[in-house]
Amino acid sequence: MLKYFVPLGGFLLLVALLAAGLKLDPREVPSPFIGRQAPAFEANQLEAAGMLASTSLKGDVWLLNVWASWCGECQREHAVLTELIKGQNLKAVGLNYKDVSADAKRWIAQFGNPFTQIITDPQGKIGLEWGVYGTPETFIIDQQGIIRYKHIGPMNQKAVTEKILPLLAELRKEAGQ
Amino acid sequence: MIPEIGHFALILALVVAVVQTAVPLLGSALGNPRWIGLAKPATRLQLLFMVIAYACLTYAFITHDFSVKYVASNSHTTMPLLYRVSGVWGAHEGSLLLWALILSLWAVSVSVFSRSIPAVMLARVLGVMGFVAVGFLLFLLVTSNPFERLLPAPADGRSLNPLLQDPGLAIHPPMLYMGYVGFSVAFAFAVAAMLGGKLDAAWTRWVRPWTNIAWMFLTLGIALGSWWAYYELGWGGWWFWDPVENASLMPWLVGTALIHSLAVSEKRGAFKAWTVLLAVFAFSLSLLGTFLVRSGVLTSVHAFASDPGRGLFILLFLVTVVGLSLTLYAFRAKQFTSNVSFQLFSRETGLLLNNVILVVMAATILLGTLYPLVMDALGIGKISVGPPYFNSVIVPLGIPLVMVMGLGVLLRWKRDSISRLGTDLILLVIVALGVGLLFSLLLRYDWEVMAAVGLVMAMWIAATTVFSAWRQKRTASVWGAALAHTGMAITIIGISLTSLYSSEKDVRLSAGQQYQMAGYAFQFQGVKKVSETAFDAYQGTVDITRDGQPVSHMEPQKRVYKVQTMPMTEAGIDAGLFRDLFVALGEPLEGGAWSLRLYHKPFIRWIWLGGIFMAVGGLLAATDRRYRLKLRRAGNA
Repeated sequence: MLKYFVPLGGFLLLVALLAAGLKLDPREVPSPFIGRQAPAFEANQLEAAGMLASTSLKGDVWLLNVWASWCGECQREHAVLTELIKGQNLKAVGLNYKDVSADAKRWIAQFGNPFTQIITDPQGKIGLEWGVYGTPETFIIDQQGIIRYKHIGPMNQKAVTEKILPLLAELRKEAGQ
Repeated sequence: MIPEIGHFALILALVVAVVQTAVPLLGSALGNPRWIGLAKPATRLQLLFMVIAYACLTYAFITHDFSVKYVASNSHTTMPLLYRVSGVWGAHEGSLLLWALILSLWAVSVSVFSRSIPAVMLARVLGVMGFVAVGFLLFLLVTSNPFERLLPAPADGRSLNPLLQDPGLAIHPPMLYMGYVGFSVAFAFAVAAMLGGKLDAAWTRWVRPWTNIAWMFLTLGIALGSWWAYYELGWGGWWFWDPVENASLMPWLVGTALIHSLAVSEKRGAFKAWTVLLAVFAFSLSLLGTFLVRSGVLTSVHAFASDPGRGLFILLFLVTVVGLSLTLYAFRAKQFTSNVSFQLFSRETGLLLNNVILVVMAATILLGTLYPLVMDALGIGKISVGPPYFNSVIVPLGIPLVMVMGLGVLLRWKRDSISRLGTDLILLVIVALGVGLLFSLLLRYDWEVMAAVGLVMAMWIAATTVFSAWRQKRTASVWGAALAHTGMAITIIGISLTSLYSSEKDVRLSAGQQYQMAGYAFQFQGVKKVSETAFDAYQGTVDITRDGQPVSHMEPQKRVYKVQTMPMTEAGIDAGLFRDLFVALGEPLEGGAWSLRLYHKPFIRWIWLGGIFMAVGGLLAATDRRYRLKLRRAGNA
């Protein structure tokens, strides 16, 4: 007799889960990294020869974008991201996350390269240190090497105008002082 | 004025749907024949209002009425008529309207082909379908009104997402919805059987053709979607395991299980409670798919406009529909237990295994799709599950499924023995192994174990299918099943060979240069700029030759759509039964050269060809005489 209630029970569990999911915003992830020193890295580059060390970026405001060729959303944010980087003349590092380099190169060839440099992270080790939850994610790092902003999910115009542009203006002012 | 008529028709449709639900269901509970008799006219009246509402929205699209917010968001004066008509279902509100219209169409079809069905049963079925319609119409009117005005009206619209401006995608959603919503018929019959407490062979004969036809549409819808992704996304892939694709595959797997379980219920009177449960699940998964796609709980992995209010509504609706039917199941399923016995070695066991594997597959995909949500809800973290998970769990389940599939069609009902099958079985295994291996050796590619495994599996299905069709009385049902199984074999060949033997290469070519791949010479002739009404494009020209003989001339494009400034790749594809050649234009490089991506994809067409076979098989089986026999008798009486 009881066995006929099993499907109902299973379904109710699923509903509880979905209800919980509804309250969560998949984009809103608290990042313990904001306001902290960005984790250092030294990694192989996708297209250029040699390693890129994070120390070489110090002194500049720069952007780190976590992407992969298998990530459909990365394709979607590509236009907005490119415009942001080119328009603001930002130093931008692409972190190619858990990807096959051949696929990544093809992706860049097809859609265009918005980045100044691309580093590879085939095992996701750098991603782990940066607290990456998934792709795409975008970080803004200031002149002192401190993470000032983190965007989860595809970059959009709203985040650019409301968060990133004011932040960049503020950082430039700080630098000017 | 016209949009207001549409809005008003939608409200009337809701009112009629409430009547269509409440009166016949009450009437069948109380035994009031006049209330029962109201089911048919109410169903038809609801369709009338739905058609009016739908026509009004289409009219607004065709006449560029940008004072309607939905039209302004999804249309543009430069869009051709085809995309203005298909643009109606290009986004959330219109898709739902189409969903509700199709639901109404299915309900009316049931009411038309219902002469053999007792009035009480029909009243319950139409009542349940009316209930589902109430939910969707409320959802439309409360959270997603497609007729909402935008005043002052903009001079021009924001245009349809360029990805959707494609003939393949214009027909993909209606096919898919026909499938999703079609399962509501089996669902309604299941709920009606639980309400009435009776489930006999006649019931299965009413449900089977509807289930087959819904399954046919879903099969075509999925195949079309896969084909579209292949040529439009420019990635040369045909399945990506994203949540929206999974949302269509889960009901398909459960629907396939349902078709087979219904066969056992009809022939042997067994698996009845299980059949009812599968009918509930198949439709629930369609609804769950809608929830996942429309609510935004999985936004981080897929792009759809989301709104938590809408998500909450669908969740409540899901709870009501599925919760009520499963509660009913919990109390009524006991009545459907059958004392039919069968031995371990019998067709029943084969079909039971088939069902278990299909349901486990669907559950595995559900787990993979919801896992990121589970982790998030439990506060563990946010993760994404990718193709590696799905590929590594589905393939090992697919192999036993295929083995059972071949063996099952050979087995007799109730009891069978290895000794009866003896020589035939050995012969068929030898044929499958022999032909499969020979096939794998004859290919002009390097021999691979997995390719041979795939081909032997396909040949096993083909051999057993042909053999059993030859041994049986060949009714439409038997032909249909044989076609569908053959389709599966064809799809398996396509998947195995495409996955293993595709070659792809990124090359840098200047005009006049050529590149050799898989025996073909790709000659790049240069790039020119072209301009169409909707987009500007760089258009490359590539001539392909093989041993000096011309094979194909291609003009792949890199487009930028004007209204939404969205870049799109339009690949050049030379399609063939045994291979596709695929060229995508990349970026301009220094010195006038371009990056190009070249693909050689053997047997990829077989994946979709198999889908067509399956769909035709499903349809053919639905036309079997025995589903109409009683109908004619009833008609004569």
